[in-house]
Amino acid sequence: MQWETVIGLEIHAQLATKSKIFSGTSTAFGAEPNTQANVVDLGLPGALPVLNAEAVRLAVKFGLALDAKINRRSIFARKNYFYPDLPKGYQISQMDLPIVAQGEVHVVMDDGTQKTVGLTRAHLEEDAGKSLHEDFHGLTGIDLNRAGTPLLEIVSEPDMRSAKEAVAYAKTIHSLVRYLGMCDGNMQEGSFRVDANVSVRPKGQVEFGTRAEVKNVNSFRFLERAINFEVERQIDVLESGRKVVQETRLYDPDRDETRSMRSKEEAHDYRYFPDPDLLPVVLDEAFIESVRMGLPELPQAKKQRFIEQFGLSAYDANFLTSERELADFFESTLKAGGCEAKLCANWVMGDFSAALNKAGLDLAHSPVNAEMLGGLMKRIADNTLSGKLAKDVFEAMWAGEGDADAIIEKKGLKQITDEGAIAAIVDEALAQFPEQVAEFRSGKDKVFGFLVGQVMKAAKGKANPAQLNAVLKQRLES
Amino acid sequence: MLITPNEVMKIAHLARMSVDHDDVERYAKDLSGILGLVEQMNQVDVRGIEPMAHPLDMCQRLRADVVTEVNQRDTLQAHAPAVERGLFLVPKVIE
Repeated sequence: MQWETVIGLEIHAQLATKSKIFSGTSTAFGAEPNTQANVVDLGLPGALPVLNAEAVRLAVKFGLALDAKINRRSIFARKNYFYPDLPKGYQISQMDLPIVAQGEVHVVMDDGTQKTVGLTRAHLEEDAGKSLHEDFHGLTGIDLNRAGTPLLEIVSEPDMRSAKEAVAYAKTIHSLVRYLGMCDGNMQEGSFRVDANVSVRPKGQVEFGTRAEVKNVNSFRFLERAINFEVERQIDVLESGRKVVQETRLYDPDRDETRSMRSKEEAHDYRYFPDPDLLPVVLDEAFIESVRMGLPELPQAKKQRFIEQFGLSAYDANFLTSERELADFFESTLKAGGCEAKLCANWVMGDFSAALNKAGLDLAHSPVNAEMLGGLMKRIADNTLSGKLAKDVFEAMWAGEGDADAIIEKKGLKQITDEGAIAAIVDEALAQFPEQVAEFRSGKDKVFGFLVGQVMKAAKGKANPAQLNAVLKQRLES
Repeated sequence: MLITPNEVMKIAHLARMSVDHDDVERYAKDLSGILGLVEQMNQVDVRGIEPMAHPLDMCQRLRADVVTEVNQRDTLQAHAPAVERGLFLVPKVIE
């Protein structure tokens, strides 16, 4: 039988606020356990939540960036369940009236095709604490520093039909939340978490199959693998005549499989009701307009501008705008270098990105900043450096030997462009190979390549190659 | 009855409340009475009326995003039955 995969994603993005969603406690990552958990976060009796204005603003910003519907009136509800890292016995979330309602996400696949994924909703809620299951002589340790960290839960329609589409959608949202500065997007630290609702159905069937929710996926690569494993598993279950059980499954990257998470299995009956501790949130037009005014240039618009303003190819523009930091870096480099955009794009995407990858660094920790790379571009553009020498200078910059001009000066790497100097090098080199010169002059064109090589060697790669070639030809033919 | 003794047990379990077996019948009857009243209210035509989310006719005030709290871990953990290396300890929750 032919099967069709159906995927919907729930993405939890931790909002980049300084304080928690309902209390004035810090949200900084990595503090000592329970040092950032106050009476509200601990759910002590009588402690009341007060909503963080910045969390609301960031949620609205997200909705506006997608041109989704912003609910002028939204409501907080209690989602009731018991787990030790949720001290109140309920999570404050949103049910009937989320802050962001329906919208659409336009996703560009790797092959350039477009895919539209429906946005069901995006709502504000509080994060839970963390349970540590190891090493406490049979007990579980609870750290509530994360409890109350603001989350935006971004829920898609079940519109994706392959793991690749799901990854492309997740990357689009990831790039967007980072562009908006609303979430740092760190999947390892859990500030951007992706859960996948996966089901399969016979091709052509309208009704959805029973779905499983796959959690614990902390990279895009694992997301793709987890979904593919889960699809295969469900098809095996159905083809052997059994039924898929609606459940939560954890992805195990070491074994590359999903496993049923039995402990949380029972009773998905959250008994939502409006939280009496919080009043309806009402947003006026002036507030929404002020957020709209503050929207940065978004990935699609930036990409279009890079194509039109700089004459870059769609591929280059796509690569350079994939992350806001990279796009900013490119523009700063270009400005500092005052060179052709294509030259700058080639360096940013080529040697520079390769060096970052090799060193396992992100842009913020690069030893070569945009000003320095721009300085190198300048010396390539004005012919001080050949392509070969530029690579040497780049390596030296990367190793911390200073900026391009300092390195050129120190190492004497300046490209020779003086006609007289180049002619002297050529003459000296040719004087050592009179036989070959004679052969060439008698019509043996083949030795030209040999002579070019010798002259280049004599110039130690410093002479401008085009000029060198021209002088050599001129000398041989005269 | 609008709510059965079995449902009473289920709700009690979800709320982690221990309920005396002898009381279940009575609870089912009382709760059914309450739900009967709700059922009666459900008869009212409320088309065009926005559902009430809160009895106070006000909207939520927002707080500026400022860290105002300091670390009070020692005080807040003073009542905890078990603490180790700054963590609250609870009975193991996964097998």
